[in-house]
Amino acid sequence: MGRYLLKRLWHTVYVVVGISMISFFFIHLSGDPVMLMLPPDATMAEVETLREQLGFNDPIYVQYWRFASRAVQGDLGSSLYFRVPAVNLILERLPASLELAGAAMLIALAISIPLGIISAVKRGSLWDLSSMLGALFGLSMPHFWLGIMLILLFSVTLGWLPTSGRGSLAQLVMPSLALGLSLMAMFARLTRSVMLEVLSQDYVRTARAKGLKERLVIGKHALKNALIPLVTVAGMQFGFLIGGTVIIETVFAWPGVGRLVVQAIFSRDYPLVQATVLVLAVLFVLVNLLTDLIYLYLDPQISYLEEK
Amino acid sequence: MLSIRHLKTYFRTPRGIARAVDGVSLQMGPGEIMGVVGESGCGKSVMALSVLGLLASPPALFAGGEIRFKGRDLLTLAPEELRRLRGDQISMIFQEPMSALNPVFTVGNQLSEVFRVHRGLDRSAARQGAVEMLAKVGVPAPERRVGEYPYQLSGGMRQRVMIAMALACRPALLLADEPTTALDVSIQAQILELMLGLKEELGTAILLITHDLGVVAEITRRVAVMYTGKIMEEAATEELFDHPLHPYTRGLMASIPRADASFETDALNEIRGVVPSAVDLPPGCHFEPRCPEAVAACRTHPPELEELRPGHRVACWRANRG
Ligand SMILES: Nc1ncnc2c1ncn2[C@@H]1O[C@H](COP(=O)(O)OP(=O)(O)OP(=O)(O)O)[C@@H](O)[C@H]1O
Ligand SMILES: [Mg+2]
Repeated sequence: MGRYLLKRLWHTVYVVVGISMISFFFIHLSGDPVMLMLPPDATMAEVETLREQLGFNDPIYVQYWRFASRAVQGDLGSSLYFRVPAVNLILERLPASLELAGAAMLIALAISIPLGIISAVKRGSLWDLSSMLGALFGLSMPHFWLGIMLILLFSVTLGWLPTSGRGSLAQLVMPSLALGLSLMAMFARLTRSVMLEVLSQDYVRTARAKGLKERLVIGKHALKNALIPLVTVAGMQFGFLIGGTVIIETVFAWPGVGRLVVQAIFSRDYPLVQATVLVLAVLFVLVNLLTDLIYLYLDPQISYLEEK
Repeated sequence: MLSIRHLKTYFRTPRGIARAVDGVSLQMGPGEIMGVVGESGCGKSVMALSVLGLLASPPALFAGGEIRFKGRDLLTLAPEELRRLRGDQISMIFQEPMSALNPVFTVGNQLSEVFRVHRGLDRSAARQGAVEMLAKVGVPAPERRVGEYPYQLSGGMRQRVMIAMALACRPALLLADEPTTALDVSIQAQILELMLGLKEELGTAILLITHDLGVVAEITRRVAVMYTGKIMEEAATEELFDHPLHPYTRGLMASIPRADASFETDALNEIRGVVPSAVDLPPGCHFEPRCPEAVAACRTHPPELEELRPGHRVACWRANRG
């Protein structure tokens, strides 16, 4: 098990290095930001001077090496727009992103897993049909639209919840709901189908043949097996959620990383884009590592197979 | 102790009603070993699963008959009552030891559950019981094995664990559904021996389902031969092997290689044709399309089981005359 984890950790390093290279080269393909940094009437000579100063004339691998060797020391460059270290900007926004993603995920899982289990157990029942129809509805609803509807209902009409901002629990409710609903729908469908598959396995029949109560058969023998694929998908989705909530952040004026990076892209604040991509990649990989840890607990065979 | 009467277990399928078990009757006394043989798909497993109430309904539907165990009809018993019997009074072991154990729980965990649910033991006492049971079924180093997962055990060891689980509460009846089919030949004999030994010790009656007539000849006292959901012939083991009356039984016997072939074989060395589908059975005798001895009556009139020799029942028009 120790070896398995060590191996995973190594993989993580490879992946992060790989992502940093790829993103670095792609961002470079889009050109350098020198033109944007200078006033429109700047001369060609001035442009060239600045290019030279910022190192844009060096071969790209030299530029990457410069970036990478600073990055390992925690220096991801400074934002051209805000004129402060990119890391500071990101770290300022990160808690908000993690909070929103975490809350959305929590709501989604807490509701969808029981929902999916009941649907699988009572397959074909009215409950099953209506919750799966509801899930389809939830999946097809765009986030922003749902967000706006929530604001109209809970803020404008009922006046229960604040429309935007971050700080209180009340402010977290609507954005996490708007974000979590489609996840909830997806997980409910996934749980149902995985559970149906697991329930038809021989070991579930064995558990029943032992005289176990249905609660144990489903809640223990079936569920632990069903959680294995669910955890994979949940881990993935959580990774996406951290940086990919721009729309919801915009609708609810939520100060997250998603909005920061979009802003950076539009202003061609290329060190900031580069830094954010890297931080998000690291986070994504860490979440995956965490997923693997949960896996180890769920499926004892994994560490065994990996070590062979 | 166990008395199955005219049991009819059907399945609703898209292609129609599948008559998996169609009017089976069986009697078993305490401590008896009875064999059920028949080709794949003849309803052996469905019959056993019906006894334990392990078939999901739908698609299963119980179209008639009764299953009496110690005087109570299992088909009409409340689900909670039936659950209490399962694993305690009546147990079952399955064909596939590979998939019958849950891959994500330790052997000890799965074994001690039986003690916890039926005996109300606490965690440590149940674990102790699990270790003892593992020792009893001949698993070496049981103290260590309880902490292992199924993937760490060989097929034979897993089947031993299944047997330990099934016999933990000293059930009156064990339904053994092809317990050795998936194992190596050398292991098969060991497992059968183990089951026989434990049967002597615990007084458990065993319904041994198999398509291996050799196994039946070796260890059972009585045999029922099944075909397409019906019992074709039933007799004491020795009687059946000495005087097989049904052409199907004779076909089965001819198709097993045995050095000491003490029974007469026909020209029939192997049964021709395939088992008809359970949704589309012939109107007369189900075996008629494949039977080398069929006459006109076989095609139109299904024969009933009749006792033609003492304790020897057979459903065949030809045997009746013969
Ligand atoms: N869940 C089900 N739905 C529909 N038909 C079924 C179902 N389970 C079993 N059957 C049908 O019932 C018949 C008997 O099956 P069963 O599993 O009892 O055969 P078997 O004698 O145990 O065969 P084997 O030796 O292969 O284990 C088969 O025709 C099978 O297709
Ligand atoms: Mg079977």
